[in-house]
Amino acid sequence: MHIPDGFLTFNVWGAAWLVSAGGISYCLRKTSQVLKDRMVPLMGVISAFVFAAQMVNFPVVGGTSGHLLGGILAAILVGPYVAAVVISVVLLVQCIIFQDGGLTALGANIFNMSIVGTMGGYLVYLGVRKISGKHGPIMPATAIASWFSVVLASLFCSFELVLSEISPLNVVLPAMLSIHMLIGIGEAMITCFVVGFVIKVRPDLIYGK
Amino acid sequence: MGKKDILISLLIAVITAGAIALFASSSPDGLERVAIDRGFIEKGEARQVVSSPMPDYTLPHIENEKFSASLAGILGTLVVFGLGYGLGLLLKRRGKNGTFLHR
Repeated sequence: MHIPDGFLTFNVWGAAWLVSAGGISYCLRKTSQVLKDRMVPLMGVISAFVFAAQMVNFPVVGGTSGHLLGGILAAILVGPYVAAVVISVVLLVQCIIFQDGGLTALGANIFNMSIVGTMGGYLVYLGVRKISGKHGPIMPATAIASWFSVVLASLFCSFELVLSEISPLNVVLPAMLSIHMLIGIGEAMITCFVVGFVIKVRPDLIYGK
Repeated sequence: MGKKDILISLLIAVITAGAIALFASSSPDGLERVAIDRGFIEKGEARQVVSSPMPDYTLPHIENEKFSASLAGILGTLVVFGLGYGLGLLLKRRGKNGTFLHR
């Protein structure tokens, strides 16, 4: 879902840059407050893993692929603020070094995937965990939040495309949502697999335990 | 996380980017698919604002495509690991001094 240069108009990418700069500086401030010693190397490891996993596109339907976004995976391990910072680091490197996502669109990509996808998805996670009780199982919440993180990110990506008048809402929205509702299933499967593995080998690494 | 845990998890990431990624689907992703189907993909193919050292996850000047992609993935993983870890150390230290971005 990395938007390249050229899709968004100046007003849209400029506004997205401002919102993302504000959001990420808030997350950096929160990170410096909540960061525990054990989470420092974890920031490096999760960045590396999310970057690597994002290179592994899996096939969806009709000659389309998707890949992990990793926001919920990161948030379950280090909390939503640190996770948003980690995903932004990955997006920054992908943009600068690998030309994956445009520099003008970086603000929008950070907004969609780090802020909406990660923090919004984590709110879904907290909501589901609240319903299922404090000691309720972690996996259903993980799966549902992962799915929503992708779909929510694609929703805001659609809005940005529509605001840039590249394509009308009634065309972009159903197309983007339907494909990302499928990609979200892959996100949920990979996230549950990795979180399940971490719970098995190092349950102490789960955030908030 | 001990040193051993860090090394093992970093190794998993490096293998993922350097080997497993070679078997990834090369089909367009969700956004690219929509852009192709709705006829606006060419708007993103104009000249990039910045030129990247490893565009599209390949190292220029390396003939062997698989080797080039594998090396780019491994390098990227290490760069991102270093940046994430380094930023963590920086924020941790600043957090203790209470000076980082505090008003």
